[in-house]
Amino acid sequence: MANADLTTKAEARDFNFFYSNGHHALKNINLPLYENKITALIGPSGCGKSTLLRSFNRMHDLYPGNRYEGEIVMHPDNTNILDANVDPIEVRMRISMVFQKPNPFPKSIFENVAYGLRVRGEKNKRLLADKVEEALKGAALWDEVKDRLQDLAFNLSGGQQQRLCIARALATDPEIMLFDEPTSALDPIATANIEELMNDLRGKLTMLVVTHNMQQAARVSDYTAYMYLGDLIEHDKTGDIFIKPKDKRTEDYITGRIS
Amino acid sequence: MGTASTLENIDAVRAMIKRAKLKDHIFGLVGLVCIMLILLTLLILFVDLVVDGYPKLFSADFYSNFPSRRAAKAGLLSALVGSSLVMLVTFVSAVPMGVGAAIYLEEYAPKNWFTEIIEVNVTNLAAVPSIIYGLLALGLFVYTLDFGNSILTAGLTLGLLILPVVIVATREAIRAIPIAIREAAYAVGATKGQVVGQHVVRYSAGGILTGVIIGMARAIGETAPVITIGALTFIAFLPESPVSSTPPFINFEWLTSGFTVLPIQMFSWLSRPSSSFHVNAAAAGAIIILVTLLMNGIAIKMRYNIRKKIKWQ
Repeated sequence: MANADLTTKAEARDFNFFYSNGHHALKNINLPLYENKITALIGPSGCGKSTLLRSFNRMHDLYPGNRYEGEIVMHPDNTNILDANVDPIEVRMRISMVFQKPNPFPKSIFENVAYGLRVRGEKNKRLLADKVEEALKGAALWDEVKDRLQDLAFNLSGGQQQRLCIARALATDPEIMLFDEPTSALDPIATANIEELMNDLRGKLTMLVVTHNMQQAARVSDYTAYMYLGDLIEHDKTGDIFIKPKDKRTEDYITGRIS
Repeated sequence: MGTASTLENIDAVRAMIKRAKLKDHIFGLVGLVCIMLILLTLLILFVDLVVDGYPKLFSADFYSNFPSRRAAKAGLLSALVGSSLVMLVTFVSAVPMGVGAAIYLEEYAPKNWFTEIIEVNVTNLAAVPSIIYGLLALGLFVYTLDFGNSILTAGLTLGLLILPVVIVATREAIRAIPIAIREAAYAVGATKGQVVGQHVVRYSAGGILTGVIIGMARAIGETAPVITIGALTFIAFLPESPVSSTPPFINFEWLTSGFTVLPIQMFSWLSRPSSSFHVNAAAAGAIIILVTLLMNGIAIKMRYNIRKKIKWQ
């Protein structure tokens, strides 16, 4: 399934995850993310796909008692981002995330996008303005907000807010971008906009997308992984997963026999 | 900056994270010092009271004796009973009024400039110095309504005093209930009364109780308003018992009885020239702090239990 011209940007190796209550949420996950490709995670609720996604930028470190086992290695530097010696803040500077519900700060549009850069200590106004513009263009929002960058982000529509959050994640030039069901709180038109945006970013950025919507996985992703009850059942090119799944469970899910 | 900027500048990034984290640690340390200063002050005060009042604190006589001219014989009994009865009146008067007012303001009152003014002023009432309440009570309860220097007057005064606390806490608790929950109840055809009675009040009960207990803990230590309405400092009798073994079993004679309360008893001992009374004062102080801490502890425990049981999302 791995092609010669694919570079692996990151991969989970024998990765296990335990929540603080002892729940073994992820079991021996082995999953590569190919550089500049979109990988989709699908599976029924509670299968661990969001847990896996959130492991990639160490979000679980925010809550005491959660435990990782195994490795998630980033290339080309071969860093195991789960290593206790690796600072989760450093990981988050390299891997950014877009959440399920748009979560802009109660600040201006400009400040929302600039925040990641400010956290990195960037003070140069010229550079900040350039980066914000670039990120907003990258998130296909620039034309709609260029005349009102100082407006509060809450004045934007839900779909615009989500694109703003994507811009915020893009502004820091991440190596990998994580999307946790980025369109589940949006209407079909806003969803189409986000999908189009992800399509535009394809080839420039490595992306991992959790989605409940199988059509979405089929439309936007290059690779798809099917998860069930904490196990990674199958990972392959999206076309292959949807047309000729190897595992019976995958087939059941995509044909609607498990929901 | 290219796509690999973080990786290329990894050393600079690490140095920056380190600097930012150093600030984190410094702030954490300053915060720790602040909290320790507060806690230590309180602890030293409490330990000092316990040490000074030690001989009295652990003698049963202290709790069963009336005040006396001789320090060795003087006890807390009338103050303990007085405080308990006053608190009972406070509870009975402040809780239904406060909770009712809060529910009305949150759920029933139309939102206009008039209710807005009421809301702002309720919050302001919490900041009115307690002696003002004492003066109000002296004019209203003692003279106009002729309740006298009684337990009833004191309980109502302290009830007024903690009313804003109860109202504010209740409103906060009610507001914390997501609108979606109300809508869910309305959507199956519940009336406003049913939504309030079966959902809003029930889910906010923990918050309401917390507010009530914190208010009561404040009331039990109040001295100024109780002095203003003329509490006695030397009482060698107990009020009629509220319950009796003969019909009609319950009587309200005690409401009109003279009384004293813990902080006043402490103040009275403290103002004696003889230093032998200071032991009694220290012991009474320790008791007041203990009762207050205990009440706050119960409030915290209740809030914790309720939060565990009811979770939004």
